[in-house]
Amino acid sequence: MNNAVRLKGIRDGLLVSLSHSQWGEQEKALLSYIDARPTFFAGARLAMDVGQAVWRVKELSALRDALSQRQIYLWAVLSESPVTEKTAQLLGLATRLSTRTGPQRRPTRPPAEEPNVHWVQKTVRSGVRIEAEGHLVLIGDVNPGGEVAAAGNILIWGRLRGMAHAGANGDAGAVIRALELRPQQVRIAQVAATEIRSSGPAQVVLEKGIIRVQSLNSQEFKVNHER
Amino acid sequence: MSAKVITVTSGKGGVGKTTTVANLAVALALTGDRVVCIDGDIGLRNLDVILGLENRIVYDLVDVVEGRCRLRQAMIRDKKLSNLFLIPAAQTRDKNAVSPSDMVRVCDELRPDFDWVLIDSPAGIERGFRYAIAPADQAIIVTNPEVSAVRDADRVIGLLEAEEKGSPSLIINRLDVNMVRRNEMLSAEDVVDLLAIRLIGIVPEDDRVLIASNRGRPVVLDEAAVTARVFQNIARRLKGEDVPFIDLGNRGLWSRLFSGRR
Repeated sequence: MNNAVRLKGIRDGLLVSLSHSQWGEQEKALLSYIDARPTFFAGARLAMDVGQAVWRVKELSALRDALSQRQIYLWAVLSESPVTEKTAQLLGLATRLSTRTGPQRRPTRPPAEEPNVHWVQKTVRSGVRIEAEGHLVLIGDVNPGGEVAAAGNILIWGRLRGMAHAGANGDAGAVIRALELRPQQVRIAQVAATEIRSSGPAQVVLEKGIIRVQSLNSQEFKVNHER
Repeated sequence: MSAKVITVTSGKGGVGKTTTVANLAVALALTGDRVVCIDGDIGLRNLDVILGLENRIVYDLVDVVEGRCRLRQAMIRDKKLSNLFLIPAAQTRDKNAVSPSDMVRVCDELRPDFDWVLIDSPAGIERGFRYAIAPADQAIIVTNPEVSAVRDADRVIGLLEAEEKGSPSLIINRLDVNMVRRNEMLSAEDVVDLLAIRLIGIVPEDDRVLIASNRGRPVVLDEAAVTARVFQNIARRLKGEDVPFIDLGNRGLWSRLFSGRR
């Protein structure tokens, strides 16, 4: 166990707590922790709890650059030291987790009885990948080069033009639904297909090992749901 | 008054970032605003050439960052517009010479004295892109109506969203209306449909842009050119004015833009 760096998932990012009392030790511990897991951290939004350690502008901005090089975005520094708090404010960083900077785009929460649904409201752009441990509901398009994956079903209230993988852990009964299908690729469990097209709402299912597209116009839609 | 820092970026190279920065800088300066543009493409500087200022460079951005000169010494005043300045890139160094914090510091020093700081980002999504967007209050994406440029633009918009720079604005550059009409080129509508960000300008294909750039006199100064009016309109939109788009003959976009769908 590494006690110098503790990691916790928060609303939509990561919180690291650093236990050393000196900034230099904290910096070293954090960077070596990250460099041991580069793919995990790449693209992450990071908040950092430094306890009582004193960070000055030069030190913190150097760390921010070092993180930025690793494609990690530092947005908040939590501290018990007034000096460090001032430093963070000077650099335009948040000093509380609740006061997020930037546009607030909180998704509408799904009903509480559906804890296994990951609800996302955004355009999934090229280079972005969204993964869900249960089902995934996306309000927005998946652009070419963007990817969505879920262990369960995927519902896209928008156009699928990138890649979608339902049943990512092997569930062959998973389905993908979208308002328009022009994906680069779809996968269900271990089966992949390209050249899937539908200009209207449709679902992609796996039938006897073959990926099929079923139109979801009103009548078929009814049938599918009464099954 | 504090300057607004705008970074012009694209992902793909050669789509017209530098030309756009030069023309917007001149257009904003023509309205009387105080403008400074920064060439962020260290090692491959171009903005000085397009603005016709290459012979006046003494100090550059890297000299400022490394403390060899004061910021004022690296600022080159435009030949005609006394309220327009350029901070050139270093030609003999590379992107490692500047960090995101360096750019934030330089821009913070410029903010009190200017209305606009325009940063010309290098192509790509690596270090150069990172330091170019670090100080930005707003980003402008330049793209061409071609699939690869739009794909890269989409990627860059995703990166900007991850950095919480807000939703960038879009300029579609080098649109050929005749090719669109023959279905040989993506229409502005197609591009806006995919990228789903605010469109602030459509620059038509125009030989004069290249000729003007080669002469070091941005096309926006050529009163006979349609593209001059296009860049002036973009500048006005940046200043918050509601300026209708010039009809380039690409119908379909209008119904889309004004149907209230976005």
